[in-house]
Amino acid sequence: MVAMLARQAAFRYSCAMPDALEARNLIKHYPGVRAVDGASFTVREGICFGLLGPNGAGKTTTVEIIEGVTAATSGDVLYYGEIAGKRFREEAGIQFQNTALQDYITVRETIEMFRTLYKRQANFDDLIEQCSLGELLDRDNRKLSGGQRQRLLLAVALVNRPKLIFLDEPTTGLDPQARRNFWDLVQSIRAGGSTILLTTHYMDEAQVLCDEIAIMDSGRIIKQGSPEELLRQQYDGLIIELPLADVTGDLDQIVHTRHENLGIIEITTTDVARSLQELTPLVTDLNHIKIRQPDLEDLFLDLTGHTLRA
Amino acid sequence: MWSRIYAIFQARNREFLRDRASLSWNLILPVALMFGLSFAFGNDRDAYTVGVLQQAEEIDTSSHPFLETRFINFVAYDDIDTALNKVSRHQLDLLVEFGDEPRYWVNPESPKGYFAEITLLQAGAPASGNLEKQQIQGQAVGYADWLLPGILGMNMMFSCLFGVGYVVVRYRKNGFLKRLRATPLTSFEFIAAQVASRIVLILMITTFIYIGTHVLLGTRMEGSYFTLFLIAIVGAISLVSLGLVVSARVTSEELAGGLLNLINWPMMLLSGVWFSLEGAPEIIRSIANIFPLTHILNSARAVMLDGATLGDVAPSLIALTVMSAIFLAIGARIFRWGAL
Repeated sequence: MVAMLARQAAFRYSCAMPDALEARNLIKHYPGVRAVDGASFTVREGICFGLLGPNGAGKTTTVEIIEGVTAATSGDVLYYGEIAGKRFREEAGIQFQNTALQDYITVRETIEMFRTLYKRQANFDDLIEQCSLGELLDRDNRKLSGGQRQRLLLAVALVNRPKLIFLDEPTTGLDPQARRNFWDLVQSIRAGGSTILLTTHYMDEAQVLCDEIAIMDSGRIIKQGSPEELLRQQYDGLIIELPLADVTGDLDQIVHTRHENLGIIEITTTDVARSLQELTPLVTDLNHIKIRQPDLEDLFLDLTGHTLRA
Repeated sequence: MWSRIYAIFQARNREFLRDRASLSWNLILPVALMFGLSFAFGNDRDAYTVGVLQQAEEIDTSSHPFLETRFINFVAYDDIDTALNKVSRHQLDLLVEFGDEPRYWVNPESPKGYFAEITLLQAGAPASGNLEKQQIQGQAVGYADWLLPGILGMNMMFSCLFGVGYVVVRYRKNGFLKRLRATPLTSFEFIAAQVASRIVLILMITTFIYIGTHVLLGTRMEGSYFTLFLIAIVGAISLVSLGLVVSARVTSEELAGGLLNLINWPMMLLSGVWFSLEGAPEIIRSIANIFPLTHILNSARAVMLDGATLGDVAPSLIALTVMSAIFLAIGARIFRWGAL
């Protein structure tokens, strides 16, 4: 709760900050495919901005256009109001979704090599401590676990004390513990004042880390705002969940959504007491009912799964 | 288990067959080599090599019956010093001149020279008078002496071409180049680093091999070590640059391997790594001159076997420098970090 309030306070502060990044009508066509179809958004300085979307939505292509490693068919990327160029390369830190590192090179050598490529250099010892790589310094890159490798790639992204950091699905493939450790790391970086652009398809990750999100589908941004704001816009009230198997009566008189695959029925309501009263004669066991706040998972499914593809 | 094996087998077959560029190289290269080698060395069954001192390139077989002898490879020379040097080193079994004063030169220490001389004398006296015999002294250039520059050059060629060309393609394919692209590193800096790294490594390796063989086999070294080292540096730069051209855009390791082999094999066979091109058709010798390895080997052999000076090998060094400049310019121009 305290963390959320602090994040909201920081977000309100950041609203007065300049735009660190602006993507203007980015388009990327491959033969027969419009991977990015007019994506536009801004990222204010100092926030953690989440670019969310299902697999194949165009997140990685959009981010790689911004990073300058993929050429856009058209569109502009502005960094602090100027076309992203030399300054951007010097001040941005990037963690790609998939990056191969050189074989037979140690963690220490890898970090040192990348540090050398920048004028602005992070203190080596601070970097090692921040990314918890102290015990791995002399280990061959090939012998790192998934979590250790992600920490190394993050350290590589931080070697230049970046003002803007790109994290492209950084926790994909990590176990739950490693994911949470990585979140702590990202929060500590954000607390240091860096702007973060995070792409992920984990909604819990976005909810924990992001001050502002943009939801992307079919190459377009379909919603942008703070998670709280977007949820407030989309949902009025709470969600009651009950197993389909427990339903014995006709639910048509109650407005509800049904997740067929999961066997769960969801009822959005502003008056929980009244909804429960209506449900009582229609279900076999009220003990299986769950009442919760709508979250980004709901928003994401509604926007990308239901609204667009219904 | 078998179904898994079959699935992998099928997937691999599809991957290979659908990569049409790689497939084409795999089919064309062996055929092209077969045709090329047949043309170049199809008549290389001669038992003896005899030099004919004359100005014209074409040998007039009517000037003496000896010149019609089967299984002797007759090579025209217009420079007597070059030809005599080869007789002294047993690289020519005999040197003949059928002019106004017909004469021949033979090395009395050469067994093949002895038999070539008998054959010459049995062919009869020339119309213009008796043949005058002259003897040339000199130790034979051992096969190890002759081969060492070839081995060093071949090793340099493989190391430079694959060590740069193949590795850059692998970096591009596995995303490491993309990661570097996201830093302030420029393509020139990346290429320069690759060239420098490979040159230092190959010079260390070549020096090590040279010292080892020189000490163990007592190979001949008539010229200056400085000149030889300079040839190695300039040669390595040209080969690395050629590797960069191949790897500048390719994203498939198999295609890169095919392209590199397309360069490697003709260069290895036509540059004189294993055998001399003397006696090969003129067109083959001209083609050989487009390969950096030919200039590296010719100049290295000249220094090691004949004591050539820096001035003597300057034309080869200039040719290598020009090739390097062209290759580097093309490589830098067409270089791509990834699939941009």
